[in-house]
Amino acid sequence: MQTDNLELKKLVYLYLMNYAKSQPDMAIMAVNTFVKDCEDPNPLIRALAVRTMGCIRVDKITEYLCEPLRKCLKDEDPYVRKTAAVCVAKLHDINAQLVEDQGFLDTLKDLISDSNPMVVANAVAALSEIAESHPSSNLLDLNPQSINKLLTALNECTEWGQIFILDCLANYTPKDDREAQSICERVTPRLSHANSAVVLSAVKVLMKFMEMLSKDLDYYGTLLKKLAPPLVTLLSAEPELQYVALRNINLIVQKRPEILKHEMKVFFVKYNDPIYVKLEKLDIMIRLASQANIAQVLAELKEYATEVDVDFVRKAVRAIGRCAIKVEQSAERCVSTLLDLIQTKVNYVVQEAIVVIKDIFRKYPNKYESVIATLCENLDSLDEPEARAAMIWIVGEYAERIDNADELLESFLEGFHDESTQVQLQLLTAIVKLFLKKPTETQELVQQVLSLATQDSDNPDLRDRGYIYWRLLSTDPVAAKEVVLAEKPLISEETDLIEPTLLDELICYIGTLASVYHKPPSAFVEGGRGVVHKSLPPRTASNESTESPETAPAGAPMGEQPDVIPTQGDLLGDLLNLDLGPPVSGPPLSTSSVQIGAVDLLGGGLDSLMGDDPEGIGDSNFGAPPAAAPARLGAPISSGLSDLFDLTSGVGTLSGSYVAPKAVWLPAMKAKGLEISGTFTRQVGSISMDLQLTNKALQVMTDFAIQFNRNSFGLAPAAPLQVHAPLSPNQTVEISLPLNTVGSVMKMDPLNNLQVAVKNNIDIFYFSTLYPLHILFVEDGKMDRQMFLATWKDIPNENEAQFQIRDCPLNAEAVSSRLQSSNIFTIAKRNVEGQDMLYQSLKLTNGIWVLAELRIQPGNTSFMDLELSLKCRAPEVSQHVYQAYETVLKN
Amino acid sequence: MVPCALLALLRGEVLVNPGAFRLERPSFPLVVSTMIHSLFLINSSGDIFLEKHWKSVVSRSVCDYFFEAQERATEAENVPPVIPTPHHYLLSVYRHKIFFVAVIQTEVPPLFVIEFLHRVVDTFQDYFGVCSEPVIKDNVVVVYEVLEEMLDNGFPLATESNILKELIKPPTILRTVVNTITGSTNVGDQLPTGQLSVVPWRRTGVKYTNNEAYFDVIEEIDAIIDKSGSTITAEIQGVIDACVKLTGMPDLTLSFMNPRLLDDVSFHPCVRFKRWESERTLSFIPPDGNFRLLSYHVSAQNLVAIPVYVKHNISFRDSSSLGRFEITVGPKQTMGKTVEGVIVLSQMHRGVLNMSLTPSQGTHTFDPVTKMLSWDVGKINPQKLPSLKGTMSLQAGASKPDENPTVNLQFKIQQLAISGLKVNRLDMYGEKYKPFKGIKYMTKAGKFQVRT
Repeated sequence: MQTDNLELKKLVYLYLMNYAKSQPDMAIMAVNTFVKDCEDPNPLIRALAVRTMGCIRVDKITEYLCEPLRKCLKDEDPYVRKTAAVCVAKLHDINAQLVEDQGFLDTLKDLISDSNPMVVANAVAALSEIAESHPSSNLLDLNPQSINKLLTALNECTEWGQIFILDCLANYTPKDDREAQSICERVTPRLSHANSAVVLSAVKVLMKFMEMLSKDLDYYGTLLKKLAPPLVTLLSAEPELQYVALRNINLIVQKRPEILKHEMKVFFVKYNDPIYVKLEKLDIMIRLASQANIAQVLAELKEYATEVDVDFVRKAVRAIGRCAIKVEQSAERCVSTLLDLIQTKVNYVVQEAIVVIKDIFRKYPNKYESVIATLCENLDSLDEPEARAAMIWIVGEYAERIDNADELLESFLEGFHDESTQVQLQLLTAIVKLFLKKPTETQELVQQVLSLATQDSDNPDLRDRGYIYWRLLSTDPVAAKEVVLAEKPLISEETDLIEPTLLDELICYIGTLASVYHKPPSAFVEGGRGVVHKSLPPRTASNESTESPETAPAGAPMGEQPDVIPTQGDLLGDLLNLDLGPPVSGPPLSTSSVQIGAVDLLGGGLDSLMGDDPEGIGDSNFGAPPAAAPARLGAPISSGLSDLFDLTSGVGTLSGSYVAPKAVWLPAMKAKGLEISGTFTRQVGSISMDLQLTNKALQVMTDFAIQFNRNSFGLAPAAPLQVHAPLSPNQTVEISLPLNTVGSVMKMDPLNNLQVAVKNNIDIFYFSTLYPLHILFVEDGKMDRQMFLATWKDIPNENEAQFQIRDCPLNAEAVSSRLQSSNIFTIAKRNVEGQDMLYQSLKLTNGIWVLAELRIQPGNTSFMDLELSLKCRAPEVSQHVYQAYETVLKN
Repeated sequence: MVPCALLALLRGEVLVNPGAFRLERPSFPLVVSTMIHSLFLINSSGDIFLEKHWKSVVSRSVCDYFFEAQERATEAENVPPVIPTPHHYLLSVYRHKIFFVAVIQTEVPPLFVIEFLHRVVDTFQDYFGVCSEPVIKDNVVVVYEVLEEMLDNGFPLATESNILKELIKPPTILRTVVNTITGSTNVGDQLPTGQLSVVPWRRTGVKYTNNEAYFDVIEEIDAIIDKSGSTITAEIQGVIDACVKLTGMPDLTLSFMNPRLLDDVSFHPCVRFKRWESERTLSFIPPDGNFRLLSYHVSAQNLVAIPVYVKHNISFRDSSSLGRFEITVGPKQTMGKTVEGVIVLSQMHRGVLNMSLTPSQGTHTFDPVTKMLSWDVGKINPQKLPSLKGTMSLQAGASKPDENPTVNLQFKIQQLAISGLKVNRLDMYGEKYKPFKGIKYMTKAGKFQVRT
């Protein structure tokens, strides 16, 4: 090995790299040569040696590697330093601990300030790679000085190095808009680079820092203009590059549509583009469609709808529908285009067209119904469930204008059991609609569909919907009419927009896999590498104090929030959970609108809530033959059972019971931008649910309604959800929703689980939450002493449960008074062998008594250890009562 | 002399029989975070014919996910470039009928990987003249050496062909013969001195007896023309490719008559961006040999002239199974230059059984299987416009097609840059000799489509 022949040396090294792992002992013998070569006068040999050493993944060798590596990192020659920097990353991969112990990370950080740009780039690359396996560490701690170094190196290093540096820059948060602008100015030349990865990384930095620039700034406009050409150029690259670029442009267009609004034409599809490029282009075309260019777009889409590729044609037809919904002025032209396409009689084109026409009807009711006749002609050719369902919906919705609607629907009914659920549900609703519109001639039809749905079907969704209709129709046809034929909310224009919070996060990941999949890395990166969530920097002016861009921890107590009202549209605003909504008070909404809200919950939501537990439905009030029992639709119908306990009993509670801080129940990501956090309170005998609704979507939210699934204690809203004004984007409103306990009862697991459905104009959302049991402790829960003794004896011993509450900071007196405020009453107190014993009672809203013996033992410090024995006839509540004790005592 | 065992390593075991070699390695490392982990070369029939691992070996079975996608895609071009698998991501490019599939395991910029893969293909092409499966197999040793130098631990190391060629010499017939006789290899006994310099793209000590610098301005027109002949979109993709063989360290300056045309440009790293910003001239120390100096994009509609037009009349009659087909090609806006190398391609409707056509010039073929009509026109003589006329017969019982085929056009125009871009002058500083200089212009059709 110790040869001077360079060619031979290279080959020997190559051999070592490949075979060292299988013959580690042999490899050890080579160490000396490596060490020697690291001192060679020729810098290239030094670099070659250190590069090769790093590739030998043998633990024993790594120990010997440290000294030469340390020297090479401080080598006088930049080529050696640059190679050594990468070697640190290799070594870290083999033995992370060793690298940290040897202090290589610090040396690497120093290299960021190196005089040679290549060294800086490689140091950044190595640090980035190491940082990926240490998400929490602060390896790339950037400050204005190091940023300056990076920007200088950026101009001079290789294209690959530029990518590393730009990606690193994107993680920096400038302290004010001036700094952001100066970074942007120095990054902009990268947009002219031949390497598309450099261009896209530069775009990421600019998109992120632009967030901080004021829109009035001249520079802001200049920057917007500069961003368009490089993005367009990416589209003339190879198709694979185009694809990645298009996925990213899709994000950019949603965030800042103004950048590419004049570039529509570059997204026109060429017929020999690969299919994955075609589909992406189509998506962006629709996003860019506006009144100004809609004519061109439509002409193109029509052209695409006659192409060969089925997937593409379908998407093109759908796109026409989306244009109609997005650009109102074009709706008419879109509809006529769709009609032309239906005339082609190409099966899949017709089906797609019918699906989108249904949406157009929803968006513009009573405008284009003249086309229904044409649609009906194609009834027989529909074989896809979605198209059939759409057609049935149209027939049902416009039954009064279609003379033979009953015949049409009847023809579908013949093969009812062979249809998919989607079609069955639509058919059921459509026939009920038809019946309400033309009751005389369709009675038989509706009977038939109801019995098919309720008796012959195994599908709980279908069965429940059938029962609800049946009962509605038989008890109160007028109400049924109001319910079934209620005016539908309009569909929103852009249903496929990415959630703004997610979009902002994705903008920080432009150019990465996350941007290709439109999911944050946490959603798909392997092995839970603790991915740090990135957020866009806040827009700040230089003279203002900087606020931390960190997201406020979810569910933090409201009192801790800074008392600043951000301007509308400030991205930070919604992160701080500020309350911008007016206080809720005043008259409830008009009855009709409330009803519509409730109706929609019934139509789609409640069935599926109930559908979770088919047996539960079977054995409770739905077990009876249809139409026998009065419909109980969760409305505040008073039931004799619980009046007794519900009223304020006037037992002197000084203050309300303990209230937990608000927690996020429904994150915005799961509810198309609506975030709900809340908590439960009990004050002077009334329970309420304190909600905080935040609109994090782009559009205004209206028509809120809430519904609970049946639960263990019959909790139900005592009044409709009152949100006065429409909730505009970034607005938050706080609402206290009074609850009662007269709703239907169904045992849940866990016992205190509450499933909630919230509706707004966008959709229905479901979430479940656990309520603390102490909100159910009633004020008259103080038991008579004699009664207590008798009951205690009466309850069998196996119903007794023992719990420990450790480190309680209170003494007996304080414990007693604290518990009393949460309606846990002390009946007697004893002192046995220096330990305080408290005998307590409480009563739940449904009349269950819980008796408690609390033994207070002085702990080893000033804290007390409590021993709690609970006796109750329904022992399953004990666990939750204990939790309530613990919550009340420790907070 | 190099020991036989080492040569065997380079030629044999690792390369041709990776299966046997793999057994010695653990199947999965504990912690892996590398840019590009492995590379597989797959031909269109789905065989992996070469694999290279920069770190531990990733099992070939990872490619099964790729094969699935390949099967789903109707055509090779339609295989999606990013494919997720449970533990890896597969990023691929398809060029020269070969899939280059990179395996990555962590969040990396996909463009980074795809750009790198294209660079690998370019390098192979540069080394071997063509990039094809047989050629890669014949030069497997050089291929591995080059890949080893291009990437170190997943980080790109030397991707400039100048530097690579210094490290690993491209194969020539003579060298192959010599190597066989003497047992030496292509590994250069040089070290990459270029990597030490401030101009890493140029090797030092270049010497030529004839000093020459040639620049080709090549523009491609991408356009979609609608039925009535009006332009829907048109844009020009231009490049300036250079072949510079100059002794020493020349410093060149290239200026244009109308630099304002170039507002959307991508430069080779050698170009000094500041000079361009301030003076609109290209100032650079060129790499040695062939390289792409810049590429540019002209999309402003009024600047894009359309040099040819197509007159067409393609129609089916409702009653008959015969259809009429007539196409005429003619020049317009060619600035007096001849349009040559014209080829008309059209994918006919599936229902078309055969075509009986007569061209006024050139030759034509119709493939009844793929339904592809191809007409090699040649030059367009403006006095006597070429045309192709005749009938098409439909399959018995097939319905009349709803849409007419799109016509794809290829053509070339020598000595013309259709955007009007013109080089003003080329100056050389830093060296004393007088170089021989030349500029050539050419316009070609890119994706030029006419809807009928």
